[in-house]
Amino acid sequence: MNEYEKEEPASRRDFLCGAAQQAAGAAIILAFGEQLVAFSEAAAGETAATAEASAGVPYDPLKHRYLYLIDVAKCIGCGACVRACALENDVPDNHFRTWVERYMVSRTGEVTTDSPNGGKDGFEPLLTGQDITKAFFVPKLCNHCSQSPCVQLCPVGASYRSPDGLILVDEKRCIGCGYCVQACPYGSRFIHPETHTASKCTLCYHRITKGMLPACVQACPTGARRFGDTQRPGDEVTEIVASSPVRILKPEMNTEPNCYYLGLSQEVR
Amino acid sequence: MSHALTGYLFPNDVHILWSLMIVMYPYITGLVAGAFIVSSLYHVFGRTELRPVARLSMSASLAFLLVATLPLLFHLGHPERSLNIVITPHFTSAMAAFGLIYTLYLTLLVLEIWLVYRKDIILTASRSRGLKRWIFATMALGVYDISEEALRVDRRVITVLAALGIPAACILHGYVGFMFGSVKANYWWSTPLMPVIFLFSAVMSGMAMVIILYLILMRFANRPIDPDCVQSLARWLWLFVVMTVTMEMLEIVTLAYERNEEWVVIAPLLNTKLAFSFVVVQVVFGSLIPILLLGIVVLMQPFLTSPLRNTITFIASLILLIQVFAMRWNVVIGGQIFSKSLSGFRESYHPQLLEKEGILSAVLIFIVPFVFLALFNKFLPLYGDAPETKAATTEEG
Repeated sequence: MNEYEKEEPASRRDFLCGAAQQAAGAAIILAFGEQLVAFSEAAAGETAATAEASAGVPYDPLKHRYLYLIDVAKCIGCGACVRACALENDVPDNHFRTWVERYMVSRTGEVTTDSPNGGKDGFEPLLTGQDITKAFFVPKLCNHCSQSPCVQLCPVGASYRSPDGLILVDEKRCIGCGYCVQACPYGSRFIHPETHTASKCTLCYHRITKGMLPACVQACPTGARRFGDTQRPGDEVTEIVASSPVRILKPEMNTEPNCYYLGLSQEVR
Repeated sequence: MSHALTGYLFPNDVHILWSLMIVMYPYITGLVAGAFIVSSLYHVFGRTELRPVARLSMSASLAFLLVATLPLLFHLGHPERSLNIVITPHFTSAMAAFGLIYTLYLTLLVLEIWLVYRKDIILTASRSRGLKRWIFATMALGVYDISEEALRVDRRVITVLAALGIPAACILHGYVGFMFGSVKANYWWSTPLMPVIFLFSAVMSGMAMVIILYLILMRFANRPIDPDCVQSLARWLWLFVVMTVTMEMLEIVTLAYERNEEWVVIAPLLNTKLAFSFVVVQVVFGSLIPILLLGIVVLMQPFLTSPLRNTITFIASLILLIQVFAMRWNVVIGGQIFSKSLSGFRESYHPQLLEKEGILSAVLIFIVPFVFLALFNKFLPLYGDAPETKAATTEEG
């Protein structure tokens, strides 16, 4: 007897439930189309790590090397990522582990940039009085650089690079000197007003080590934010970074970011 | 409407993180290094005309060194963990060198001062009674040999320590400059010239402080001012002002001429937010006027009376202390006024009087070294006319 034969035939109730789910699924696909594809792609990033977690295998940081991809064209500036991050990580008001910038470029090359409340509440329409020829949103976060200045110059080693490639802060060691905040070219660090230690994006380390996605990736309704793992065979994000014209922020700083941008315009710094 | 949005700051870049305390830190360390260089001009390079300020400058260096860490402690988010820098330093960090350099320099300085004052300590111990005798006997560390032979050994060791102290003082302050100069993310800080500029302006501020302390001390002690000593200090000071200002301007001129990406933020920074503290205070008032004043003192020496030269030197020194403070301010605060978005400026920073890192804290920290010096002077004279120093002069000179 093989294992399929062991299964009981599906009951009428199960059948109806399943049919209802499929119908609902079909309706959602019809309604949201491309967005859902992005959702399923994002969810695909979850599977391998989830499998590891659900199999009861302890998390091994040496078996992962994470990277992050932002598809600028897909970002609609809704701010769901910023809100999700703030909720998930208890980020204090007026400080940001991630934020979204809006760029509006006029025909004559004038650039108007803003990020009201880090884009947390979305963006109100804005009239610049200029002939705007392109406009886009750019999500930002810690770039988890391979050559990160913040780790290099932390005087007590409280900022460190984990084996799976993330830049993290040991809150119990940090003396709150703020040197790392000064050293980050991307403005992604701040001194937490309550703990008085350096704080920053951890890519939701508490989630990803359990096989979940970072909160911002999970919350993004358009798939503009994607999370990958170069150590996983067939990882789609790794494949896109390897084969598409991606860019990094401030390459002249030679910090080797692990956060890549698809379709990044040159006005972005 | 668009006006309000022309500048864009990264949302985490809204506040000035490094405050007045971080301005005070390089300012005080600079005084430490500068005052020490003055004492070394006498002890190592045999500038005998500086004998009257040899002890004063060394003691001043120690007095400022003892409070050098205070501004940092006021600033740290977790001052109770500050010793982590010393116990578990992260060696790729420029800041982690602090513990090592500070300890090395403090040891050198205390040892040198002890040797310079050893004879006075022993003589005072033998002349006094009770608690005073006990304190001085303790300070003598059980060595009471003040024979000519022993003092000669002392003098040799002093010269060696003072010679070692020069690179130590340079490293102590050069590394402070390096801490700023090596932050590549900050275009206003990142330049290899930064440690050198810091060092030269440190020597400048230390010399100015020694001149001011000497002239005030002599006035209060009702003692004659040695005109040759002040004249020599004025000459050295003039040299260092010219060199410092040259380098400070060289940096700006290069930035302006190269017109790289950094100039996009630095030009408006200098034109708006730093227009007063940089252009007016640091360059025009703080640099040009002292160069002229000290130039007069040095070049027109035969035509001016020594009290007049002393007065002009005193005024120039006071202005230079302001100049160096403005320079520290412009570096530390100026570097944080623009956002790393390179397209927006923060509000100007105005420290409050009573906040933890505010004006009152800064003033109190700055007063402490003078209290130390006054106390020091009560026990051991800061004037350099003790016989042993004269002997050292004869031998070295």
